[in-house]
Amino acid sequence: MASAYPVIDHEYDVVVVGAGGAGLRATMGMAAAGLKTACITKVFPTRSHTVAAQGGISAALGNMGEDDWRWHMYDTVKGSDWLGDQDAIEYLCREAIPSVIELEHFGVPFSRTEEGKIYQRAFGGMTKNYGQEAAQRTCAAADRTGHAILHTLYSQSLKYDSQFFIEYFALDLIMEDGECRGVMAWNLADGTLHRFRAHMVVLATGGYGRAYFSATSAHTCTGDGGGMVLRAGLPLQDMEFVQFHPTGIYGSGCLVTEGARGEGGYLVNSNGERFMERYAPSAKDLASRDVVSRAMTMEMREGRGVGPKKDHIYLHLDHLDPKILHERLPGISDSARIFAGVDVTKQPIPILPTVHYNMGGIPTNYHGEVLTLKDGNPDSVVPGLMAIGEAACVSVHGANRLGSNSLIDLVVFGRAAAKKAAQVVKPDTKHKKVSAGVEDAILARLDRFRNAKGGTRTAELRANMQATMQANCAVYRTGEVLDEGVKKIAEVNAGMPDIGVTDRSMVWNSDLVETLELDSLLAQATITMNGAANRKESRGAHAREDFPNRDDVNWMKHTLAWIDGKGSVKIDYRPVHTYTLTNDIEYIAPKARVY
Amino acid sequence: MAEFNLPKNSKITEGKTHKAPAGAKNVRNFRVYRWNQDDGKTPSVDTFEVDMDTCGPMVLDALIKIKNEMDSTLTFRRSCREGVCGSCAMNIDGQNTLACTKSCDDTKGDVAIYPLPHMKVVKDLVPDLTTAYAQYASIKPWMQTQSPAPSRERLQSKEEREKLDGLYECILCFCCTTSCPSYWWNGDRYLGPAVLLQAYRWIADSRDEMTGERLDDLEDPFRLYRCHTIMNCAQTCPKGLNPAKAIAEIKKLMVERQG
Repeated sequence: MASAYPVIDHEYDVVVVGAGGAGLRATMGMAAAGLKTACITKVFPTRSHTVAAQGGISAALGNMGEDDWRWHMYDTVKGSDWLGDQDAIEYLCREAIPSVIELEHFGVPFSRTEEGKIYQRAFGGMTKNYGQEAAQRTCAAADRTGHAILHTLYSQSLKYDSQFFIEYFALDLIMEDGECRGVMAWNLADGTLHRFRAHMVVLATGGYGRAYFSATSAHTCTGDGGGMVLRAGLPLQDMEFVQFHPTGIYGSGCLVTEGARGEGGYLVNSNGERFMERYAPSAKDLASRDVVSRAMTMEMREGRGVGPKKDHIYLHLDHLDPKILHERLPGISDSARIFAGVDVTKQPIPILPTVHYNMGGIPTNYHGEVLTLKDGNPDSVVPGLMAIGEAACVSVHGANRLGSNSLIDLVVFGRAAAKKAAQVVKPDTKHKKVSAGVEDAILARLDRFRNAKGGTRTAELRANMQATMQANCAVYRTGEVLDEGVKKIAEVNAGMPDIGVTDRSMVWNSDLVETLELDSLLAQATITMNGAANRKESRGAHAREDFPNRDDVNWMKHTLAWIDGKGSVKIDYRPVHTYTLTNDIEYIAPKARVY
Repeated sequence: MAEFNLPKNSKITEGKTHKAPAGAKNVRNFRVYRWNQDDGKTPSVDTFEVDMDTCGPMVLDALIKIKNEMDSTLTFRRSCREGVCGSCAMNIDGQNTLACTKSCDDTKGDVAIYPLPHMKVVKDLVPDLTTAYAQYASIKPWMQTQSPAPSRERLQSKEEREKLDGLYECILCFCCTTSCPSYWWNGDRYLGPAVLLQAYRWIADSRDEMTGERLDDLEDPFRLYRCHTIMNCAQTCPKGLNPAKAIAEIKKLMVERQG
């Protein structure tokens, strides 16, 4: 096999896979620390999905009233429905402040207050004084915060001596003796294959939103890193927790930022009623995303949806000052016009809860080091491998992420990974040997898909998977529907051997790329469905109608799931970290989650 | 008399026609440029008869439908599908734009789809943007300061921040650059509108302290002054930005500093 595909060799201290917010922050940090750093990315860095983040990045700067990182931590723990690891959440909320200041020093064009400080807006679940009143904690560059941050981080990466491999598709991790020694990749531009040897591989490959039919996620959000980890025989964590964003545009699924409600927007049903007042009397439209998505689903189920099919809800911004809309929400004003034909100054936007974010992912500690369950140790570090950003599950978001905690997750843990790599990687040390068979297996998989002559189009199988996830693993779940989902997703897995690829070339073969992506997506979809059927409680984004309550006695634990090549899933658990990082704050004990 | 020969690959031939499924009532023809380096053939234009009753509203929806159902070898870049990532920039109906925000209803008759003009083609609708990206890196598009960083954010008034509006929103799709005749002619030496817009974004930022050096780097008959105010850039920008204005601002600063 190796002779059929000539392979070009590279040696680096660290290789980052992915160039979104987390990958770029890690890349620049590692290069700045003097490590020989490569960043492999399947899209040009500024095309990564971080670019689509709108509303902002949370940090208790206190620019718009008193704030404290401890309040941010409380909100995040409560948002996570007590599935988050509190040591990691403390790290996130403390480090958020210097991380955002750093971004500003890098040149992010944040919106400003009258005093010239970073502008901060209200966001769901963000409160003052441990839940007392809404806080303005989310730092914003109009409604293009992700775009502003991503472009700035890419330009910073250019400043340092890091090597970018753009439009290289990562195929698989080079694993031997339980440690990661590099990664294989395919250069789309000329069809060549590349072996990157590294002392540390950092997976920053984002989420797998495209496992669902309707998602705010980009077409490229296919969980490539999660797929690689699973194929390496390692587990993923808490995959049953999938966030539905309350405001995806009806039809296209394009995102409308929660910041729209942060700036005063509100939801109404077909009676013109602001129904969130009934579901979350105190936070109303700014309750946590899982709460709002469930309320909307309930309204539609009870016949109070809008439109001819009563299958969506209206978001009103038309009462807001057009000047404010222009200044603070210009991007979504454009999106609403283009994708819903709506003038936001005059009409409501038709919206629907839409798959948006994966709380689950590759289990890591707060340094970004990948963990697995080994010899009874649930915090066993996998040498040579890190994961950050949406690809990872640190876990700071637990069962439900708060809006604007994603962008801060990217930069805090991208930075943390760079700091840790600078400690553990000795520059220019000799790379360990890799047996020939390891790479042969990777190339054999590529070759098998490239020459797949089956009768099922990649797009057809992908559509089956997406329809199954959409129908059987949605906002509300029951045992019956999930068990059916487990069967249906197994049928999709059974269809993989019959897949057919028509493009046989190596240059920009996007038919093959989509097939490799589907392989990763399907493994993660299968784990998501099985994990959801397995977890018999309701917590955060996982709402079981047959088990409507949170069950801390039996289920305050992380799901770990492995999958074999045939789609059969094995489940085990890790305990939630019920301790903080320092004595500056005490463990926040579980209580009822009311907004 | 001198004799001119066009390169072999410049002749575009008529390609395949992919028929609409039987029973399709609302069919539109998408005429799509095809070329790959593997089969040794000259470029062609394939015709895809798309059933618009089962197709989404945007040109990107049609391309994805073609790839999913008619010809999975059709190759194009796409990612966010909401006009913020800049991947699916291409020439649609004679104009450079984003396929994801271009409504099929905004085109008349057959929909002609070509890669961004005057760039090397890698395959089908995928142009080689390596040079444009290198030009972007060449303007040092990061904040440069000499004064020590404060412990908190650098202050910037609302008015100062407002000067970045219309600049920072650029998505580097290069629709403007590849619509510029001056860039077509001197693309190796002229930076082009997208990169100059970015250059001005840092010049205009009140926090950046290297304006003089940035202007020095641009003071060049080619890098900056090959802009002849043709205005195709402003005309075509899918985000409604005005690179020509940014270039004019740079030229004004050049004049001003000469006293």
